[in-house]
Amino acid sequence: MSIWIIGFVILLVKLGIVLLGLLLLAAYLVYAERKLLARLQIRLGPNRAGPFGLLQPLADAVKLLTKEDVVPNQADRLIFLFAPAVVAATALLIFAVVPFGRDWVIGGRQIPMVVADLNVGLLYVLGLSSIGVYGVALGGWASNSKYALLGGIRGAAQMISYELSLGLALVPVVMLAGSFSMVDIVAAQSRYPFLLVQPLSFIIFFTSAVAETKRIPFDLPEAENELVAGYHTEYSGMRFGLFFLGEYVTMTVLGSLVAVFFLGGWRGPLLPPLVWFSIKVLAVVFVMIWMRGTLPRLRYDQLMHLGWKLLVPLALLNIVITGGVMLWLSA
Amino acid sequence: MDRKRNLALVVWEALAGLAQGFATTFIHLFRRPITEEYPEYKRELPERSRARIILTRDPDGDERCVACYLCSAVCPVSCISMQSAQRADGRRFAPWFRINFARCIYCGLCEEACPTLAIQLTPDFETCQYDILTLVAEKEDLLVDHGGKNHDYNFYRYAGVTVLTGKGTHIQEAKPVDLKSNLP
Repeated sequence: MSIWIIGFVILLVKLGIVLLGLLLLAAYLVYAERKLLARLQIRLGPNRAGPFGLLQPLADAVKLLTKEDVVPNQADRLIFLFAPAVVAATALLIFAVVPFGRDWVIGGRQIPMVVADLNVGLLYVLGLSSIGVYGVALGGWASNSKYALLGGIRGAAQMISYELSLGLALVPVVMLAGSFSMVDIVAAQSRYPFLLVQPLSFIIFFTSAVAETKRIPFDLPEAENELVAGYHTEYSGMRFGLFFLGEYVTMTVLGSLVAVFFLGGWRGPLLPPLVWFSIKVLAVVFVMIWMRGTLPRLRYDQLMHLGWKLLVPLALLNIVITGGVMLWLSA
Repeated sequence: MDRKRNLALVVWEALAGLAQGFATTFIHLFRRPITEEYPEYKRELPERSRARIILTRDPDGDERCVACYLCSAVCPVSCISMQSAQRADGRRFAPWFRINFARCIYCGLCEEACPTLAIQLTPDFETCQYDILTLVAEKEDLLVDHGGKNHDYNFYRYAGVTVLTGKGTHIQEAKPVDLKSNLP
């Protein structure tokens, strides 16, 4: 009984730390993105709230929390109020299976640095990111607004299309690691990161991941110069904040997934595991921001073309080649 | 074979183009920002910038405004209102003159319409107020002690009332023709 209680407390503490860290990271990711994007465009970025504008996320949070929570006339009230939570919750839940450090040993007990080591961790990730589509599609539909509806439709189409290549790009990783568990996948990269043997897979996964986060150049669901703000046009206050939070948490989560699947997770020489993990995640996130500062938005048909006619066939080809090489090596 | 080479070329060009774009933005990351931080640094605005409106005086220190209502008529948001009256010497003036800066769009049409160059726009744009009623400017708020953009211009030397000086005494004005001596 006491062992069970200790385990439960440890789980709660881990949950708290991960949740707090993730939310804090998401908040400061917004700041980092604004600052970096500004520098990419030779501007200064936020620098008024606190030293170097470091209190900007706090000011934003206060602003969002004190704004009125408007529900449009004739909106589908229940779904409208519920949709932002789906986006934010699924994004946060994905991180549960991401290992972020080596097992700790305290007093003879092994504490794995992961909230939950599911044996189907990878499928859990893909499943949750599919549920995240509901938040976008339903939020857009329930708003009773043309712009939001168009954004929601685009979001659903885009995310379902890119989910496919996202999943297919991970098949070779699973083949190499021989497991769906994220902990095992990191363990399989003890000698070399999968990036070296699966560069094509990495490119496909990264591209699809950027499409999943609905970021430039794949930000069609919220294309602000066509659709005002896309699926979250009608949202205000903290509900909009939840969409925003969800987007930035997804960014962190997909950064950590790239790190786990291709960059060797928390593994690295000299520095402690958590530092290595952070460096890798932040590097991926930096590239995402850099992309936003560089690339224009794709047209809708180009987006579908890229997804279905390029990434999916390439991913399938990659699976076949990987399988062939593995058979040849084992023979 | 040719098609294959073309495909490789296309892919290479696409990748090179992408790399070029990313390199350009990355270089900009290390360039000094060109931002001018406003409240600390205030840029010298051009003389002809259109912001807060003033009523100027001619070189003799008299009010230029003759209360002709042209500015108030041309104003697209109807923010200028006034009353006209006549002085003892026959010159028109405005006993009261009011501009509602809460409505003013700083289009400068009043300045263009003004025949005496009395109403002028200045570069002073910091007119924000917490109470909207404080944005209503009366004549004493608008009147200044200088000639604005045209220091030397005095409308009455070119046209206007002749009570004081008599006909034909304006600058660039011909002497009045004596009808009697102009017969064929």
